Amino acid sequence: MIVETVSGRRDLLARSRTVAMVGASPNPTRPSYFVFSYLRTKGLLDVAPINPATAAIDGVKSYPSLAAYAAECGPPDIVDVFRKAADAPDVTRQAIAVGARAIWFQYGVINDEAIRLADDAGLDVVVDRCLKVESARFDGGLALAGLSSGLISSKRASPPRAAERPRSVEPPPQP
Amino acid sequence: MQDHVFGFRTRALHAGTPPDPTTGARAMPIYLTSSFVFDSTEHAAELFALRTYGNIYSRIGNPTVAAFEERMASLEGGLGSVAAASGLASQLSAILCIAQAGDHVVATASLYGGTVTQFTVTLKRMGIACTLVAGDDLDALEEAIRPNTKLIYTETIGNPLGNVADLEPMAALAHAHGLPLVVDNTFASPALCRPIEWGADVVVQSATKFVGGHGTVIAGVLVESGTFPWGSGKHPLLSEPSPGYHDMNFAETFGEYAFLMRARTEVLRDVGAALSPMNAFLLLQGLETLPLRMKAHVENARAVAGFLRERDEVAWINYAELADSPYRTLAQKYLPDGAGSIFTFGLRGGREAGRAFIEALELWSHLANVGDAKSLVIHPASTTHQQLSDAELATSGVSPDMVRLSVGLEDPADLIWDLENALRAAAKVADRVGAGA
Repeated sequence: MIVETVSGRRDLLARSRTVAMVGASPNPTRPSYFVFSYLRTKGLLDVAPINPATAAIDGVKSYPSLAAYAAECGPPDIVDVFRKAADAPDVTRQAIAVGARAIWFQYGVINDEAIRLADDAGLDVVVDRCLKVESARFDGGLALAGLSSGLISSKRASPPRAAERPRSVEPPPQP
Repeated sequence: MQDHVFGFRTRALHAGTPPDPTTGARAMPIYLTSSFVFDSTEHAAELFALRTYGNIYSRIGNPTVAAFEERMASLEGGLGSVAAASGLASQLSAILCIAQAGDHVVATASLYGGTVTQFTVTLKRMGIACTLVAGDDLDALEEAIRPNTKLIYTETIGNPLGNVADLEPMAALAHAHGLPLVVDNTFASPALCRPIEWGADVVVQSATKFVGGHGTVIAGVLVESGTFPWGSGKHPLLSEPSPGYHDMNFAETFGEYAFLMRARTEVLRDVGAALSPMNAFLLLQGLETLPLRMKAHVENARAVAGFLRERDEVAWINYAELADSPYRTLAQKYLPDGAGSIFTFGLRGGREAGRAFIEALELWSHLANVGDAKSLVIHPASTTHQQLSDAELATSGVSPDMVRLSVGLEDPADLIWDLENALRAAAKVADRVGAGA
């Protein structure tokens, strides 16, 4: 299904744990590195680079292909695509083959054939969006940077996941 | 499936301020702190390299200020926003984000006097030239564009002339030359006009005025659309490697966020004109009632203008709400809910009558501000525009007999009562001057 709404993207991120990032670069000035580094340090998603030209980025093992990733880690929840649009159908076929649940095409990676392939195979599809920006929309990062999150709510945000909770030197009070 | 789209009044109350996740506070807390602790050394490194979002130091970003910024971005229909200590700081930030020494700016001439001075004196000293183009002729604006021009600048409603900018063709003209249109929206506020909807790329405003609404804080804000192609090569400050950030290329790394990221992390960081969190809180309070206040401002301004146009003491009125205004058609297009509540009129008897008029007023406050809930009055030739030369004064459309009103939220009958008394006082002086006394 093509995910076109804010709530759809929020739900997709909430139910996802693993991201295989095709085209992640170890070059710290590249946009893909910014996204990789953000997701890794934020810790809400387990992100792995798929890049045959590098062994690891910031200590995270890089895999030469989606197949190699899936053989070791199982099917990824999201395949994040940082490749030129013409390469998108090939990446999509590989994502379908390894059983990915969703495919995420970054800014400018717009290819109708790839979108149709993924949609027909039952994957959730996000097109022309940035995984970092959308994560930051829901984790409050965008808002802290004065950027419009587009979110309106009078509900208190759910507490951060366990790994994100502040450490305390004292045990919590007993009820 | 579609996302629900919230209306303007709802966003004026809610955008940027969900309940505080830590405490559940429903009002936006005032994070009055200079700095923020890092989670770890790695977290600090990620923040400084702009790879993660978060707070470092309140000169660059602060949660209360960010809530105001997000609400402004939502109301103006932009991608994001950067607040500053004043309106002048905001427009300087917008310009310094894309122009440097050797560059050039084209602006319409009917601008706030402080803006004219900033452009023709301070920017000039910094090596950025500015051409002010008088009148409403788009061809003249186009002729002023040079190879080194980086932007076109105008005001939605010109101060103090009350002219309405023809934003849609002006944006098209700018875009045809690869330039962004930067619009000062202070006199309209986003409640009455949203320039981005007409093609503008950057909106700046003095939040001191209608946004804050109560004459309490000095503040400014810029909002950017996120749709301008900053990576075209026309704006190398955004598309060439930045030595301040390990030769990062803002346009390539941040895409649609390039302008906003540079405006914050290089311009605001280095210029230092940051907005106080306390002031941001007051601005958030002001924005909650912006749509309601603007409706009431416009109603009162119409009543006051209707009264003045029947008076013999009044030589002319420049208010785009009036049927005989040359800007009526443009106002109907760009300001369908009203052309604001700031307008000018001329008193018979010139400078002396103007002085007598202002001194006879009891309820209207004589001061150099606009957009307060309280009604304000000023004589521009002797105050806001006094630093301009005679030629500049004529170019920006200020005449010696001009009085500027900023119509507030009082009972209109009280405003009119006060004006009537002052007009009588002015008429006595005008008669004396006319009789050669």
